[in-house]
Amino acid sequence: MKEGVAIVGIGVTGFTSVSPSLSFKEITYSAAVKAYSEAGLSPKDIDSFITASEDFMEGYSIFDEYVPDQLGAVLRPVQTVTADFLQALGIGYMMINTGRFRTIAIEAHSKSSNIKTLDEVQSFALDPVYLRPLKENSTFLAGLEMKRFLKDSGNTEEQCAHVVIKNKKNALYNTNAAYGANLTVDDILSSQPISLPLKHLDVAEPADGAIVVVLASHNEAKALCKNPIWIKGIAWFSGQGNPWSRNLCSADYATLAARKAFAMAGITNPIKEIDFAEVCDEYSYKELQHLESMGIVRKGEAGFLTENGATGLDGILPVNVSGGSLGVGHTFEASGGMKTYEAVLQLRNQAGKRQIKDARVGLVQSWRGIPTATGAVAILSNE
Amino acid sequence: MGLRKVAIVGAGITKFVRRAEETGPEMSYLAAKMALDQAGLKLKDVEMVTVGSAPDAFDGVHMKGEYLLSGAGGNNKQYIRNFVGGGTGVFAPIHGWMHVASGACDVCLVVCSEKMSSCHPHPQGAFLTIFDHTTEQPLNPTLIWIFALEMRRYMETYGLSKTDIARVSVKNKNNALDHPSAQVAEAVTLEDVLNSEVLAEPVHRLDISPASDGAAAVVLVSEDVAKRLTDKPIWIDGVGWNLDTAYWATKDLYYPRYVEKAARMAYEMAGITEPQKQIHVAEPYDPFDYKELHHMEGLLLCERGEAARLTAEGYTARNGNLPVCPSGGALGVGNPIAATGLMKVIEIFLQLREEAGKRQVPGKPKVGVAQAWGDLMQVGTVIVLRR
Repeated sequence: MKEGVAIVGIGVTGFTSVSPSLSFKEITYSAAVKAYSEAGLSPKDIDSFITASEDFMEGYSIFDEYVPDQLGAVLRPVQTVTADFLQALGIGYMMINTGRFRTIAIEAHSKSSNIKTLDEVQSFALDPVYLRPLKENSTFLAGLEMKRFLKDSGNTEEQCAHVVIKNKKNALYNTNAAYGANLTVDDILSSQPISLPLKHLDVAEPADGAIVVVLASHNEAKALCKNPIWIKGIAWFSGQGNPWSRNLCSADYATLAARKAFAMAGITNPIKEIDFAEVCDEYSYKELQHLESMGIVRKGEAGFLTENGATGLDGILPVNVSGGSLGVGHTFEASGGMKTYEAVLQLRNQAGKRQIKDARVGLVQSWRGIPTATGAVAILSNE
Repeated sequence: MGLRKVAIVGAGITKFVRRAEETGPEMSYLAAKMALDQAGLKLKDVEMVTVGSAPDAFDGVHMKGEYLLSGAGGNNKQYIRNFVGGGTGVFAPIHGWMHVASGACDVCLVVCSEKMSSCHPHPQGAFLTIFDHTTEQPLNPTLIWIFALEMRRYMETYGLSKTDIARVSVKNKNNALDHPSAQVAEAVTLEDVLNSEVLAEPVHRLDISPASDGAAAVVLVSEDVAKRLTDKPIWIDGVGWNLDTAYWATKDLYYPRYVEKAARMAYEMAGITEPQKQIHVAEPYDPFDYKELHHMEGLLLCERGEAARLTAEGYTARNGNLPVCPSGGALGVGNPIAATGLMKVIEIFLQLREEAGKRQVPGKPKVGVAQAWGDLMQVGTVIVLRR
């Protein structure tokens, strides 16, 4: 059996700021139907199913109960990982490599518009002994980290604003994006302070949506699909788990995950060998920090490159052509999935107005958000 | 690409208690340290970590996996949390198996930790939100309420009495007297169980496992590493898991078909065609006494409706033909959900290594099975171990 794992079907619903007429089951169902029909499979033909979800975001305890029905996965091997979609993709990749599974479906969704008190829910992620007594909204950690990152790397608040401008502008070309806009540096710098230097427009707004991907082994992919998208490398890593003993300047999880994913994919000079990157930009500074931490650009240069268009649609390395989380919307556990969707469209030459010419290799990166130091990197290719 | 063999080479369990002084991360640390010590490894030898823990609502911590990370040894490693509700404890080593069998790593640490006591006034409260918010929550159901339905249905189908069921509780609570981690081991009699307080007829207090705090961990390694570390590796021969519909009210509750599906998946992989003959020791999940019987049938360890008779005949006693829950199970050792499942896997590991001390079953067992169950009468997770 030849080694290799490929995406042979993908479906999304969304992404929208609200979805009042649909339940999480309905958005998941419609994404699953699209993914299965692309792969030409019935859910009965799929060997196992993985969902990435978190109980508190769903409003259920033991949310994995509600996974199988709308995926066509009743009485089948279904598991949940409380992780980002990209980590679930990594588990699916592993399962196929055990040799006991040929096809795997992976699902993630966000129905964050159902959550009345999103900030409070997220603050429940703070350590109950060390951090909750501070009685702060969890976003204060992002403000602290941004300040530290800017000071140490030499990037500036204006350069972070250019990330927002670029991504929200890219989103105008993406029909699946909820937050496209034409903004100026002043708009961003003068927006409401959240936790300085973090301001309102530096933060990605929540969105609803679902994604389902079908993975297949090498032989299966060749048989099923004319344009399989291969996973060349995938890794997830956690840095220091406790925020109070963490180095806030760099994103260690991104460094470690990228190093491993590059090694798996045989990439030695990322900026040359990668045609585009979909990078976690839940906060504007995170895009810069992640590009530097992954070793794609040198420390302190990401802001300058962004300001000068190097990460724009026509730049040396287009970053977040989809619009990123800033432009499409932040979809929590599905974030890595939203970015994987963009990468698959680009690599299949189906991205329409925002298509990158001759895209062959794409990078997708995710981060689990405040207060975590967990993230993943995947290298996808159409060859 | 052939299948890579995966072995368990070390295990650790903390004491199971009603209210631990340690936090979830601290209990994770204690179990992980014990497992690594037994394996003769250091944390730096561990490449990847997978953690199992039941709902976040117990701890009241969002993204509980990230909260447990530092204690479970996940710093600067590939770390992930797997989750299939009450079935998590047996799924966690299955997840670890994926890590090693795929070739992604040679050494994987599997940690299961549960701290139910943070949930006030009682962890049952965390279960109020497991039900569908439209069709079920308005009825104010509790877990005990729905399991009373299931127990009644099981008794009705096979004409079983309360006494038939209570024997399981007596066996397991007495078995647990020999388990160093046990929380509710007790030399109870049939009378005690039958006369204990009624919670929701036919469920009495001593039919149920307690709420507990506790953690367990195992170290999984590839074949090469196993041979270097120990002359008694225990191999993971088969894994299976299965999730049924969330609409539990549409199912006949007398038989756990999802457990059978999971068992068949694991047996097929392990080459087991006659489970009743080929399996020598079993640890089915027993959060309620009838559940052990239910699960023995689902695991195909006896014919449907036969489990109660076999229990009465002593077939499932520690010195019986098929020892079932020689550890003392959830009913005797305690039930810190995810840690309980892994405790059961560890019991099979110890039994196959003949290191179970006073709990050792006779006859040098070669093959054992552990199983957990959870969600809305929905998930079965099964692992087959071989010496």
